[in-house]
Amino acid sequence: MRVRLSDIAHARSGDKGDTANVGVIALRPEWYAVLEQHVTRERVARHFDGIIEGGVERYELPNLKALNFLLYGALDGGGTLSLKTDAQGKVFSTALLRMELDVPDAEARAANLPAAT
Amino acid sequence: MSRVVRVAGGQGFWGDWPEAPRRQVEGGPVDYLMLDYLAEVTMSILQKQKDRDPSAGYARDFVGAMESVLPAVAERGVKVIANAGGVNPEACAAAVQAMASSAGCAGALRIGVVTGDNLLPRLDELFAAGHELRSMDTGEPLATVRDRVIAANAYIGSTPIVEALAKGANVVITGRSTDTALTMAPLRHEFGWGAADWDKLAAGIIAGHIIECGAQCSGGNCLHDWRDIPNLADVGYPIIEGSADGTFVVTKHAGTGGRVSVRTVTEQLVYEMGDPHSYITPDVVADFTTIQLEDAGADRVRVFGIKGAQATDKLKVSIAYKSGYKAAGSLVYAWPDALEKAELADRVLRERLDRLGLKFAKVLSEFVGASATHGRLAGDAGRHAPEVQYRIGVRDADRRKVERFTREIIPLVLNGPPSVTGFAGGRPKVEEIVAYWPALIDKSVVQTRVEVC
Repeated sequence: MRVRLSDIAHARSGDKGDTANVGVIALRPEWYAVLEQHVTRERVARHFDGIIEGGVERYELPNLKALNFLLYGALDGGGTLSLKTDAQGKVFSTALLRMELDVPDAEARAANLPAAT
Repeated sequence: MSRVVRVAGGQGFWGDWPEAPRRQVEGGPVDYLMLDYLAEVTMSILQKQKDRDPSAGYARDFVGAMESVLPAVAERGVKVIANAGGVNPEACAAAVQAMASSAGCAGALRIGVVTGDNLLPRLDELFAAGHELRSMDTGEPLATVRDRVIAANAYIGSTPIVEALAKGANVVITGRSTDTALTMAPLRHEFGWGAADWDKLAAGIIAGHIIECGAQCSGGNCLHDWRDIPNLADVGYPIIEGSADGTFVVTKHAGTGGRVSVRTVTEQLVYEMGDPHSYITPDVVADFTTIQLEDAGADRVRVFGIKGAQATDKLKVSIAYKSGYKAAGSLVYAWPDALEKAELADRVLRERLDRLGLKFAKVLSEFVGASATHGRLAGDAGRHAPEVQYRIGVRDADRRKVERFTREIIPLVLNGPPSVTGFAGGRPKVEEIVAYWPALIDKSVVQTRVEVC
């Protein structure tokens, strides 16, 4: 089943120098496992391929039902150096939520995931 | 019921809502008002101001904020803690005292001034003693840009603020204190937490992280359910109700707009997060993976379970140095085929820059309305946009080249693609870039001082 990340999570992003961070938070506690399983470091790196210059790091926060991604080389140098409109990475959050996941049907049904329309 | 100490967040950055400090002290009971003014590059702006005028170099907005909360401080005992001192906390204190005097409240304020974070006058001494201040990003020693350094400040923790409160200050003004220490310090002072009470100190730091961006934890900039966040026009800024055991409640004044919920607080917790296992501060290393949140009623979130670990023996140093020039300008193209026209304008402009022999360290073109923020992820919806803003910026060490670039944009209005407007701002300004150089230094090198007067 195709699942839109924006249907199962919310997010906020910010910056540290040239790195953007995106915190992705499950909309239901039981959907955290889906995030952990499918929104992998590799999947996120592929999503932002050509948009960021560096790699991706992922941290898990099961206590907050959240994942934290660090996107390196995301901000054209960051802060004052950057020429980008989004020099402080404020809307990388919704850029990540554009992701669509392929979740096996049984797993999607068990977690009661909404299908992308 | 055990005692609760209320710390209200009144400014999330220099430029935040001028109404917020007064609303925080008038909207209900609070013990402390915490005002955060400093971002990474703010110190360099303040240092430039001080170079021009030795009585400047602090966040001037703070004087107005103090004026707006003066009755609460003078008559009701609310205490204020702010890192508004920038690179000149003494001058900031003098300006606040002068304001209080002219408001007929001379003698009402006992201002604690924290200094010692400013390392700029000590740089050569530090180099001589073997402190290289290598960049945490590139590993290069600071000596490589020494002649371009304009500010260097150590991030300092809660200890000098606690000292100022213990000496009876009702206003504490610091330079480059960490944002989070401004909230943790009054809790530590009130509850007598020791310098090695790691879990409690970590809890205070996390309370600080939650409210350091003002309303960003109480409904502002909240993506979840954003349409239905009530009455943002009257948004309530956050309040921490701290307890001696390190647990706390995040809330806001009754009757204000916005929302405090597990969701709004969680969004703020992940904001600007690095490795959640080790959030390093001068006082303690906090572990964000231990935070537990619980709905505790309308606009109340209880926070508990927080663990901390011993602080490191280093302080982070915020260094600002001159790093070339930049300029960016824009034009707006209208339907039909707005994006295609903007893209043609971009090709034309870049060819002209090439013909002039102008090469830049960086040229960046963006198409606002089509792809500026999400790039290719935005798909092709921008092809049908009713208008598109074409934005182009350049960066280079040579000011003259950047200056020449700024003259190439507006001519496109008459000698480029059609249906163009939005040029009222005129030629863009050349900006000198002040870049950020984070480094570490041994804690023992930095001696803070506290004076209460």
